[in-house]
Amino acid sequence: MAVALVLVLVVVGSVLFHLLSPWWWTPIASNWSYIDNTIIITFWITGVVFAAVVLFMAYCVFRFRHRDGNRAAYEPENKRLESWLTIVTAVGVTALLVPGLFVWSRFVNVPSDATDVEVVGQQWQWSFRLPGKDGKLGTSDTRDVTADNPLGVIASDPNGQDDVVVEAADLHLPVGKPVKMLLRSIDVLHDFYVPEFRAKMDMIPGSVTYFWFTPTKTGTFQVLCAELCGQGHPLMHGVVMVDTQQDYLAWLGQQQTFAQLSAPQQTGSADQAPGKTTASGLKIAAKLETVGSR
Amino acid sequence: MVDITPADGIPPAEVAEVELYHPHSWWTKYVFSQDAKVIAIQYSATATGIGLVALVLSWLMRLQLGFPGTFDFITPEAYYQFITMHGMIMVIYLLTALFLGGFGNYLIPLMVGARDMVFPYVNMLSYWIYLLAVLVLVSSFFAPGGPTGAGWTLYPPQAIMSGTPGGQDWGIILMLSSLILFIIGFTMGGLNYVVTVLQGRTRGMTMMRLPLTVWGIFTATVMALLAFPALFVACVMMLLDRALGTSFFMPAISEMGEQLQHNGGSPILFQHLFWFFGHPEVYIVALPAFGIVSDLISTHARKNIFGYRMMVWAIVGIGALSFVVWAHHMYVSGMDPYFGFFFATTTLIIAVPTAIKVYNWVLTLWRGDIHLTIPMLFALAFIVTFVNGGLTGLFLGNVVVDVPLSDTMFVVAHFHMVMGVAPILVVFGAIYHWYPKVTGRMLDEMLGRFHFWVTFLGAYLIFFPMHYLGLMGVPRRYAELTDMTIMTESAHHLNSFISIMAFIVGFAQMVFLFNLIWSIRHGREAGGNPWRATTLEWQTPHTPPTHGNFGKDLPIVYRWAYDYSVPGAKEDFIPQNMPGSFGPSREPA
Repeated sequence: MAVALVLVLVVVGSVLFHLLSPWWWTPIASNWSYIDNTIIITFWITGVVFAAVVLFMAYCVFRFRHRDGNRAAYEPENKRLESWLTIVTAVGVTALLVPGLFVWSRFVNVPSDATDVEVVGQQWQWSFRLPGKDGKLGTSDTRDVTADNPLGVIASDPNGQDDVVVEAADLHLPVGKPVKMLLRSIDVLHDFYVPEFRAKMDMIPGSVTYFWFTPTKTGTFQVLCAELCGQGHPLMHGVVMVDTQQDYLAWLGQQQTFAQLSAPQQTGSADQAPGKTTASGLKIAAKLETVGSR
Repeated sequence: MVDITPADGIPPAEVAEVELYHPHSWWTKYVFSQDAKVIAIQYSATATGIGLVALVLSWLMRLQLGFPGTFDFITPEAYYQFITMHGMIMVIYLLTALFLGGFGNYLIPLMVGARDMVFPYVNMLSYWIYLLAVLVLVSSFFAPGGPTGAGWTLYPPQAIMSGTPGGQDWGIILMLSSLILFIIGFTMGGLNYVVTVLQGRTRGMTMMRLPLTVWGIFTATVMALLAFPALFVACVMMLLDRALGTSFFMPAISEMGEQLQHNGGSPILFQHLFWFFGHPEVYIVALPAFGIVSDLISTHARKNIFGYRMMVWAIVGIGALSFVVWAHHMYVSGMDPYFGFFFATTTLIIAVPTAIKVYNWVLTLWRGDIHLTIPMLFALAFIVTFVNGGLTGLFLGNVVVDVPLSDTMFVVAHFHMVMGVAPILVVFGAIYHWYPKVTGRMLDEMLGRFHFWVTFLGAYLIFFPMHYLGLMGVPRRYAELTDMTIMTESAHHLNSFISIMAFIVGFAQMVFLFNLIWSIRHGREAGGNPWRATTLEWQTPHTPPTHGNFGKDLPIVYRWAYDYSVPGAKEDFIPQNMPGSFGPSREPA
């Protein structure tokens, strides 16, 4: 009796928690509301199955609990029932999979008008690179990374000279324009994740990975590293500011190109770049050092 | 019963019995024992001991997450060491060892009607190598730099770099060495379990008369024998990368402004190898639990398991399918995104046989005679948590839904519910069920009920709300949850609540341990078959069974394992070794 009641309460409590608790996803700021919709479909189907199974169990426990003189039925199999249940389950699973794969095909096919934006992860900071006037990013190689060339842009590639380099500072994006995020790392795995954009992807040293999205809201969004990358992992935050086109162009105008940064005797180091709010990886490393030696 | 001539359909013995090894001293009887039952206890005790370490580690990490900044000694470095060792211990050294080494060793020979495993000496070696693996693992806590903090997945490059605890110290080397030892030891035991099931069954015990417990452990062992080699080679290659500077998994890397001497390796290759092992591993833990819980439900509901043949084929089908779903752990790893279509499809297909198992468990309850004993309570709780955790698997398996949720607390909640809480509830149910056979005494009922309610409801309260933190976007593996714009004040309160529940549930396990020890001497005497069960382990002439299990003659099996409440029979159970007919047989053949 008590057991059946607790099982019912587990279902009721779970449903009420789902409906009433304040913990839910952040307001979406990208085009990926398709993903949110797929999650909602999944919540409905799985929620119904969970409630049905546990409530059925609660009923059995109540109705068929042991009392003196009771004897269980003897029914080894019921092929009809087993086949029906298999078919119904297969239909339910298909109802989840089809919309899921449909949205996935959108996710992996980047629209042709998307602008390239490179994100480079390193322990424990984010840097960015935007194509210059030629619209092309220059090639890069981890082996070319030096203090003056933190992203490892290959200096001999003419496409790279006008690339805009944003080292350890905020990224700005124009609202309403699709962007293809090209993801690189120069040391370990990282993962570029902005909860409000719903999308994320790992960054692998030696490869370029990608995802695309269209920012749909202006504002400031926090970047979180979502792949364990060593002790500084939880502090590897960054900032993406989604601007109006006008604000974006104003910001872009203040940035320096690869050619400017690598010119001899240049004085403005990246440390004084405007809009710099990201803690640099070396600062995080130093902080961890002091914590560790305590 | 031993004098009855074999009935129709029982073939004569093909091979004469082999003389068992007889221990000559206390040492060979209780320490270097070749008796599978003693080895089972050794495995279980060692797994429980190291499991307690994992429990304490989980408390430490919950202290940090629930009350950030309060405990100075939990540095990020220490936190990552805690989560890594917690995960590794729970998955490999506790659950795998307990289900296969513990339950497998105790139950397989008894349930199939064998005197022992077919290779008792190798079986003994298996345990001692496992113990060595555990000791190497434990030694990393005392090594310079401490244990590895690479996360239980040990992803390179960070696993062997200086930014990760133990990466350039001893930690990772000891971890990889311990895994290699574990796999060697497991292979010895695993071959034994498989051969014993295939070749050691007593007369009349056809494969389709095996209890589902044996089917679950058998299939899981076959899977483990196929899956662990992938982990083995991954460990060897990473050890070479770390110790000799090879580049299997290491591409060109610039670490903190310095170029490392690696080039051309593939970090993602490691992930494929790891998950080629890692996903079957989930079912290596789950299938024995599926099998055991089927027998618990059937016995305590006094009813045959519903759809036995379907249950067997579901176990085998899940086992086979689980080898083609591994990359669903890698949807956002940066692998070719077109893999997503394939792996999402295979992953969701596996939901069908899994759902069939759930239906058949609850349909076994239907029109049963349900005794709400403690093993039954744990079985019911298993169904609740397994269904819950299985359904959230449909979120994460469906590639595009996984994109926002992967690497968040949603994943942590999901896998704890489905492969942490659910199988461990089965472990508890199984211990309450078989403890009387192992010791001859019952576990204390009051303590058991307390343990059950706190563990079931407490664990549900820990992991159910945790999904919603993940939905919010809170990443997993964050040693500090500070300065995060997505985390509301109330989300931090929820974390504190989860931590408090974790302490309460952990405390309940101490009550359980006390019960285990106290009842050895003070428990109620159980007799040979306290649950009135049909399977062979309950029909032994001695309780606890002596060396050789079955006295002078091995039992002969006349029926399947689920003849409960057979119409026309006087008792509501007919042991497998009971000859005679009770009307036309309804046993599925």
